[in-house]
This record gives sequence, C-alpha cells and structure tokens, in this order.
Amino acid sequence: MSSDPHDLLAAYALDALDDDERERFEGHLADCEECTEQLAVLREPVAALAYAAEGPVPRNELRNRIIEGARAEPRAAVIKLPRRNWALGAVAGVAAAAAALAIGLGLWANSLSSSLDRERSANASYRQAAELLTGKATARPLVGAKGSLLVAQNGRAALVVCGLAGAPSAKTYEAWVISGKPPEPAGLFRGGDGCSPVLLTRPVPGNATVAVTLERAGGRAAPTLPILFRAEAT
Amino acid sequence: MSAAAQSPIAISVVGLRAPWNEVPMSREAPQRTDEELVEAVAQADEDALGQLYDRFGKVAYGLAYKILQDAALAEDAVQEAFLQIWRGAGSYRRERAKASTWLLTFVHRRAVDLVRREQARRTSPAVSEPQGSGPGADEAVVARSRREIVQDALRRLPAEQREPIELAYYAGLTQSELAERLDQPLGTIKSRMFTGLQRLRVLLAEAGYGSA
Repeated sequence: MSSDPHDLLAAYALDALDDDERERFEGHLADCEECTEQLAVLREPVAALAYAAEGPVPRNELRNRIIEGARAEPRAAVIKLPRRNWALGAVAGVAAAAAALAIGLGLWANSLSSSLDRERSANASYRQAAELLTGKATARPLVGAKGSLLVAQNGRAALVVCGLAGAPSAKTYEAWVISGKPPEPAGLFRGGDGCSPVLLTRPVPGNATVAVTLERAGGRAAPTLPILFRAEAT
Repeated sequence: MSAAAQSPIAISVVGLRAPWNEVPMSREAPQRTDEELVEAVAQADEDALGQLYDRFGKVAYGLAYKILQDAALAEDAVQEAFLQIWRGAGSYRRERAKASTWLLTFVHRRAVDLVRREQARRTSPAVSEPQGSGPGADEAVVARSRREIVQDALRRLPAEQREPIELAYYAGLTQSELAERLDQPLGTIKSRMFTGLQRLRVLLAEAGYGSA
C-alpha cells in the first residue's frame, strides 16, 4: 500500500476494504491510537446507516437458532476475579486440589473458592472453572508465557495465563486446539487481568497442542501466525 | 403495519426528541442498558443475548437482507454475527463504542463478507423500498422515526458523497470497485467517503439522533 494508512479509515469503517487491505489496515490500527479514536467517531454514523435499511422482518425461528447456537457453543468465558480476594487467598492457605499446581494457580483457585463461598449465585463460568481445579485436571506448563493449561479427564480445559499484556484495541487473543487437523478455534480472551483463567470452548484431546495467537476483534476461523505461546496436553 | 405506525402524527409525537436511542418503550421491569447486556453476554448470560436480539435483531436482519437480497443468507449473516458477539463479548469495551455500534459492526461485516463470497448480485441500493412489515406498535414507530432521520440525513449529503457511502455500505463494494463504478480516482473516493461520514455525523447530531 503506497498511500497513507490514515486515508483508509472511512473505507475501513464502511467495510469497503478487500481482505488484504483490511488486514494491513488492522495491523496499522493496532498501533495507532489516533486511528482508533477517529475510527470510534466514524463508526457512529456508519452504524446509523443500518437503521436506514428497510427489509422484511426476520422469521421468529431466527431467535431460537441464535440462542441454540450459543448454547451449543459455550465460548471461552473470561472469569473476572475480585481483586480483594487475592490477599485473603494468600493468607488463608491453598485449596487441596490446587496445591499441586503452580503457585499463581493455587492463589487463583483459592480466591475462586472463597468468592464462590461468598456468592452463592456463582455463574456457570466460575462453576466450570472450579470443577476443573478441584477435579483431576492435569496442569501443563505454557511455553512462551507464564501459566498453565489445565485439562480434565473429559477433555474440558482451561488456560490460566499470568502477566499477559491486554490485547490492543481491535484485537483479541484467540486460543486454538491443534490435533492432526487444521487448528480449531477454542475461544477469545483479552488478557491484561492478572492471571486470567479462560475456559476453552472445545475439548482438548490427549495428543493436542493448545496455542494462542493475536487476532482481529471477533476472532478468525484460522490462526494468524505467530503463535504467542502454547502448551502440549500431554 | 398498524395504523398508528403509518400515521405521521404518531411519528412526530413519538419521534424526534424522545430518548429513544437506547431505551425500548413500555416494558415493566427496569431495563439493562445495551452496554450492560453485552457485558452480561461476556459472562455467558443467554438471556442477555436474547434481549440483545430482541432489541437489534430486526435492524440487523433488515440490514443483512438489504445487502444480501436473500432471506436465507440474511438469516445466516445475522446468526453468525450474533454468535461472534456471543464469543467475542469479552473484548467489548464500553469506553470505545456504544454497544449498538459495536454489535451492528459485526452484522455489517458478516453480511459484506457473505455477499462478496457468494458473488451475489451487486445492484445499486434502492433507497426507498418500504416493504418491511413492522412489528408491534411502539417499536415500529420508534424504528421508523429513527429510520426516517437517517434517511433524511443521507438525502442531505451531496450526491458525490452519498453514492460511495451507500454503495459501500449497502452493496458491499470495495473502495477499488467504487472507484471503477463511479469512474473516479481512488483518492477521490476515499476523501469523499471520509468527508461524507463526517458530515453525516453532524447532520445526525443536528436531528437529535443518538442524544439519549
């Protein structure tokens, strides 16, 4: 692209770039705070254009399709930890199942269970993560980042990543499960939140590698190299 | 469409200055804002996803249908966009964008990607084709007034700015295709889109759009 990437803001906001142009512009956008701000301004009138489109009304089935699709695909839930619990957790001792795991992970498990005690209304993400920790999950070290991959016997898995910088705006981290086939997307997360546990959206077979890449917001169907960090399931 | 929705009187009463931007009308329980709903979706709240669909499903489908001109493809685009929202809600930041803007960006991108992939017909958008049969009274009136504000603002744009914006947004043309179709240098197209969007933003603000 010979021209100034800033020229492409309006075309990008209108989705009027082809795939290559879009990709290059997003590469620029990730590092350009000014573009990010201008884009946010342009996106308001662009989104308003949606309301000027007149079309038929969707069939009622569409709503059900969407809800059922979401149900069939529990995507990675980023679990936000109540920060105050971290100090409590360190003092109060470490939950039995978590003791075998890395120290950071143990702290996480403990703060998780104390917040579970405190809030009876723990949501599904907490429960699933707690099950992974208190069940017989294998912890594998990450290569390329601090943290662990936890895999339960049924293949249910979570990534616990510590000290990962938050994804730049318009970008997201995406996890992949790789086992002899093309990599399969396994959830999006943002990082930047202490040790963020991320439940993966698909099971991890024993022979698989779990890898994480940086992708554009919304994720992709196939990973963009490089792999930032990874872990082998066995 | 109900009689009330067709009446210009009803439109002018319910329309312009009401804080309709984020607030659906006449529901009993205190409503979560759009932003709160997206944040709840990030916590795997299916009910919040359903509510987002209730608020934006119609406009999303109308947009996808306009771009794709095909009911089945439009449904696919909307479904895929909502599933992207389900997966990606964790990356939403309310300080960056209104939830409605964020969400409609997914829908538009998905529809444009599909229309390009399907090599569907690329006709000029027909700006006035009132074929939508509205849903129940209040929402139809609100949606209609919003639609009219945006259509009116679009009409006020100089044609040289409106054309590339409409062809890009509603027909999914790339900037290179726009340059060819409109027989203008690429740089001219770029700057007309940019200027046009800035102007559209001002016109919408003057009409009270988005001032919730």
